[in-house]
Amino acid sequence: MSTRPTAVPARGRLIRAGVLALGLTYVAILLLAPIVGIVWTALKGGPHVVPGPLERADIQHALFRPVIIAAVTVGVPAVLGMVVALVLARDRFFGKRIVSAIVDLPFAVSPVIVGLAAVVLFGRGGWFEAFFAARGIQVIFALPSMILVTIFICIPFVIREVVPVLEELGTEEEDAARTLGASPMQAFIRITLPNMRWALLYGVALSTARALGEIGAVLIVSGAIQGQTETATLYVLRALEERQDAAGYLVALTLAAVSVLVLLGIEVFKRRQAKEMGR
Amino acid sequence: MSQGIVVEGLDKRFGSFNAVRNVSFQAVDGEITALLGPSGSGKSTVLRMIAGLERPDTGRVWVQGEEQTWKTPQERRLGFVFQHYALFRHLTVRENVAFGLSVRRAPREEQRARVDELLELVGLAGFTGRYPDQLSGGQRQRVALARALAPRPRVLLLDEPFGALDARVRLELRRWLDELHRELGVTSLLVTHDQDEALELANQVIVMHQGEVEQAGTPDDIYNRPGTPFVAGFVGASNVLRGSVWERHLHFGRSAVAGAYHLDDGGEAYAYVRPHDVRLTNQAGDLSFPVTIDRRTNLGWMSKLTLRLQDGQVLVAEVPNEDLDGVSFARPVFVDLRHAKVFGTGPAAAPAEAELASV
Repeated sequence: MSTRPTAVPARGRLIRAGVLALGLTYVAILLLAPIVGIVWTALKGGPHVVPGPLERADIQHALFRPVIIAAVTVGVPAVLGMVVALVLARDRFFGKRIVSAIVDLPFAVSPVIVGLAAVVLFGRGGWFEAFFAARGIQVIFALPSMILVTIFICIPFVIREVVPVLEELGTEEEDAARTLGASPMQAFIRITLPNMRWALLYGVALSTARALGEIGAVLIVSGAIQGQTETATLYVLRALEERQDAAGYLVALTLAAVSVLVLLGIEVFKRRQAKEMGR
Repeated sequence: MSQGIVVEGLDKRFGSFNAVRNVSFQAVDGEITALLGPSGSGKSTVLRMIAGLERPDTGRVWVQGEEQTWKTPQERRLGFVFQHYALFRHLTVRENVAFGLSVRRAPREEQRARVDELLELVGLAGFTGRYPDQLSGGQRQRVALARALAPRPRVLLLDEPFGALDARVRLELRRWLDELHRELGVTSLLVTHDQDEALELANQVIVMHQGEVEQAGTPDDIYNRPGTPFVAGFVGASNVLRGSVWERHLHFGRSAVAGAYHLDDGGEAYAYVRPHDVRLTNQAGDLSFPVTIDRRTNLGWMSKLTLRLQDGQVLVAEVPNEDLDGVSFARPVFVDLRHAKVFGTGPAAAPAEAELASV
């Protein structure tokens, strides 16, 4: 046995190295190459090309729009997602599995269909059109519908992150807090919320990234009106059609940079949560 | 009313499972009362209903003469110690112990003094800044106890407090809890499945089985005067021997034990005998009978013997080795059963079998 101790491990190492190389190549080609390509194309005219397009009003507007959408959008899935997660993790009721499956619907359904559904409900002749029109609220081809479809698409992120954490936590710490004189609200705020905060932030960061990058549903409901309902992704689409490549790549690069920042945040939150669950 | 805890007619169902059935008992002020039973006997559910963590379907709860049945846990002010500690993992030891004081908005100085006092009491004064994951199991449970005691609860409820610890730490903490209780004298209700723990710590033991109280009494009552076959079988590992009643004795084949005075002749009955109540001799006497020895294991200070009666029933005996000095295994061996408890019905699983046999 000890005469040829390296024979099998050496082959194992080789296979392991091969698998590692394959994985890294895959990541490099599919993920890194496009990013490098965008950076390269956007900046090939030299760094001085950057300020020009970014000073244009329509581009500034297009970059600012998704920030508003994300800001409004993220609060709703964060709060309601937390409530749904609490119900799914803690309560038992008839049809719970169905609810749990429906929550994932936005993952499965194409955003274009989500946009179409919003048009059916709020567009011309839609079920709720008369109600909002009578109050002078423009839903379709305006910010409300863009926020609405983005919220729909972001629903599962917080829920899917928070439910497993809540399930692992159980209710014992909350019970302990109650016997020590805490009200249900105090127990939630002082015990449960801190214990799930990183999972919650992780879910929120994922939703933000998704909200910033959303295009399909927004394309359908916004009408992509320049300087009004045009988001950064929609601008990139238009820029490429109008052969304004440099400006398009620059906006894409800005979007990618924001996403990388969000990604860094996500990594931090994920680590903190993993560390705290170990306790 | 000097009663610490009184529960009356508690009932609790979980779906179709009747977890607790008509449970009533009292826990005397200033003493430790143990709720003893196998897992699933409903003892933890009773404790959680006293704490207000579960709502009883029917029945009432009083603590120190004050009715608690409809109060929320935070109104009851009872200390609760959980089997898995339930420490707040994101808070330090100090913040954990201070929690009960800070939610009641006690002044900061008072909180600090009380936490120091309690950590001193549980022997963890140097651990204030640590997080629960930096402590051993025994230390965690001591922090949990300090946390429960900090708001000066009227009674202390302990749910299998040593259940998650290894055997050595268990024993150590048991002794320590005993001393702590002597010092503080806080009325305590201890849920446990470990009969040694119950008998050692408690002034009063309530044995539960399948959601019902089987027997309540002093450790001496429970151990020496079991009221039901279940108690006889659960408290102290028992041998169960089946025989028939004849002239106030229980007969197994041609052997017999005394103690069936309350049963009619000709009926079937069961004798419960603890392994250490089996005495071995070489002399045949009035109430001793011959056995064959299947197996003998020497554990140092005592021997464990597997004996077979003439009718084939097996009896386990644990005999101190010095008592075996005068016994020769080369000659016929007889046993003498002391403190046999005879019941007309068998253990939970046996009645069906007994019914079949009597048809």
